[in-house]
Amino acid sequence: MKQNSMLAMILAGGRGSRLHELTNKVAKPAVSYGGKYRIIDFPLSNCANSGIDVVGVLTQYESVLLNSYVAAGGRWGLDARDSGVFVLPPREKADAGLDVYRGTADAISQNIDFIDSYSPEYLLVLSGDHIYKMNYAKMLAFHKQQNADATIAVIEVPMKEASRFGIMNTSGDDDQIVEFEEKPEHPKNNLASMGIYIFTWKLLRKLLLADMKNPDSNHDFGKDIIPTLLADNKRLFAYRFKGYWKDVGTVDSLWEANMDLLDPDNELDLSDPTWKIYTEDVTALPQYVGENADIENALINQGCRIEGQVKNSVLFTGTQVQQGAKVIDSVLMPGVVVEEGAVVNRVLVANDVRIGRNAVVGDPKSEHIELVAKRVKEVEADV
Amino acid sequence: MFKAFGIVNSSSKNIWVEGLQDYRPIGAFSFLGRYRVIDFPISNLSNSGIDRIQVYVNNSPRSLVEHVGTGRHYNINSKSGRMQILFSEERARNDIYNTDIASYVKNMESIQRMHHPYVVIVPNYMVYSADFSKLITQHMESGADITLLYHAVDNAKDHYLSCSILDLNKQKGVLSIEPNHGNAKNRNIFMNTYIMKKDLFVELVEKAQKISSAYTLEDIVNEECGELDVRGIPHRGFFASITDFQSYYDANIALIDLKTAETLFDPEWPIYTRTNDSSPTHYCKSASIHRSVVSNGCLIEGTVEHCIVGRGCTIKKGAVVKNSVVLANAVIGENVHVENQVVDKHSKLIRVKEVVSDPDHPGYIKRGDVL
Repeated sequence: MKQNSMLAMILAGGRGSRLHELTNKVAKPAVSYGGKYRIIDFPLSNCANSGIDVVGVLTQYESVLLNSYVAAGGRWGLDARDSGVFVLPPREKADAGLDVYRGTADAISQNIDFIDSYSPEYLLVLSGDHIYKMNYAKMLAFHKQQNADATIAVIEVPMKEASRFGIMNTSGDDDQIVEFEEKPEHPKNNLASMGIYIFTWKLLRKLLLADMKNPDSNHDFGKDIIPTLLADNKRLFAYRFKGYWKDVGTVDSLWEANMDLLDPDNELDLSDPTWKIYTEDVTALPQYVGENADIENALINQGCRIEGQVKNSVLFTGTQVQQGAKVIDSVLMPGVVVEEGAVVNRVLVANDVRIGRNAVVGDPKSEHIELVAKRVKEVEADV
Repeated sequence: MFKAFGIVNSSSKNIWVEGLQDYRPIGAFSFLGRYRVIDFPISNLSNSGIDRIQVYVNNSPRSLVEHVGTGRHYNINSKSGRMQILFSEERARNDIYNTDIASYVKNMESIQRMHHPYVVIVPNYMVYSADFSKLITQHMESGADITLLYHAVDNAKDHYLSCSILDLNKQKGVLSIEPNHGNAKNRNIFMNTYIMKKDLFVELVEKAQKISSAYTLEDIVNEECGELDVRGIPHRGFFASITDFQSYYDANIALIDLKTAETLFDPEWPIYTRTNDSSPTHYCKSASIHRSVVSNGCLIEGTVEHCIVGRGCTIKKGAVVKNSVVLANAVIGENVHVENQVVDKHSKLIRVKEVVSDPDHPGYIKRGDVL
């Protein structure tokens, strides 16, 4: 396939420190989600399904796993000729020393040479840690139709929550952006930025080169690049997105995003054959459901063995729920084992953790979701 | 293992699986939900380090070719390895001529071009795990001309009736290969798996053709038992020969038992298959499921007992499915009761509310059928 006019860059360097132990060893985009996926599967599959052939992935924090994961571009079908996923950690160059990415815009600036090698007309900038399905080709059509310099995808949020987001204030029926406010105390609008930008590359390139040299800049799209474009009276438009979109920044929101999938009519609809989300292929067996299993309202993936009770829960690849164990309102990440008689309630259990026999974790009445990231010892049964 | 190349052979004329085989060769049959039968022989070869593999296809090749493809998903080296799908293009009107020997003769050039000294020949219709690298070493150390793999069973009277049996002497020397007439319980079922030098294989193919146009590899090896040193090696672990409808059903159902499944599957010996990128399976509030093996991409609202459920199936509210093998993308409608059936792909059981067969004679629902 020949390279189309738009190249995508995915910002995947973030740590996601509010996910605590889940991001101790991996960057946030590599965190597991939805029974079998990793968060970055969503932007990558969206790119593949939108007909984008070349995707750069900007990594920084704990990037070993993420780098090898995304480098296998064939997983998302991004392996045809003139197509590919390129892992772009900070690097030393002939004319510049090794430097970390100082901000979202700087990550792009440091890779201008890479982008130039494809000389795209448009650049799509995405965040690697959001869960949603979106056709970027439609957004590009909108960008062209508006003859825009930059287009920012927005989603309507409830007015009372608007102060948690970057808000785009627009004018007129065509949603031209007149002002950008980061987490405004008194929001004038409820169009929240999704961190998805399309720029006309020629113009952005010029701005980035100037931004690199500006000692007062944070080198950030929201704080620096967008305000500069607005100050220069450039044409910025808000592209309204309708559908499921989630930034899973905390253990609570990651748990909640998984639970959202238990609604058979959920908007994300992972079973839609026309917009599949691709991920790593594993060789695990199908699911084994035992004689005494009791499964009610659950999403369960390949390789699981269920012999106990599972209720309102999401079970990732290769988890085991043994005889007499109970898993309620919980998310079990890949490889978790809940041993005989153990009870797991309202928790998120991190990858490969064992919950020992008869142990009890979590509290059905807790306000927040407990994250279990270490082995829980078995408990002697009451005599 | 640079020493051997692999041949995955298709079933011969005396084998026919009622229903399913109308649509595809046995190798392409769905197995245990997410696999196809041919995944087992190919994964065995691949895991044994054999990465030059010839897959022979003789009828309805579409689904098999689609599934095997380039072989990349079988973890075969993309440079040194290679998967060839070989057809017997000219099918004879009279089935008696459509032998494996005829396929080898037609593709002799490809066989001659293999520079490996040994060949491992496996059938595409048997399910088992075996490490051929160990068997090749055993074969070489024994000094035998041909090594055959067999499985000792105690139910040959009413099972394995389309299979052959090995008559062995005390030293595991093969005296003859004969059809199983079902006149004894304890038999050594021939697993249609051969290890020999490539040159001997080529020689036997040529010889067979000279003797009779209807000869199979099995016929010629049987005839050479007196002249050549032909030995048997017993196989342990799960073994199923998919050679008729009942054996297909039984093999699937047997593997619902996790203990039995553990004699086939080993975490160190992965069975590869083609991914479908389906989402995890959704069990709804009304679901009730026990003793079953379920693949990804299903929506389960009804009751499922002692079943294999393939990818992307829908079991609607009030539906009860028991002792059945449900293939990919089938729909079992509301309040439909299904028992002792093999439900082929893409079929929809909606109007007829009772689809129940005798437990000793499971029924078959045709591919894509709407009931």
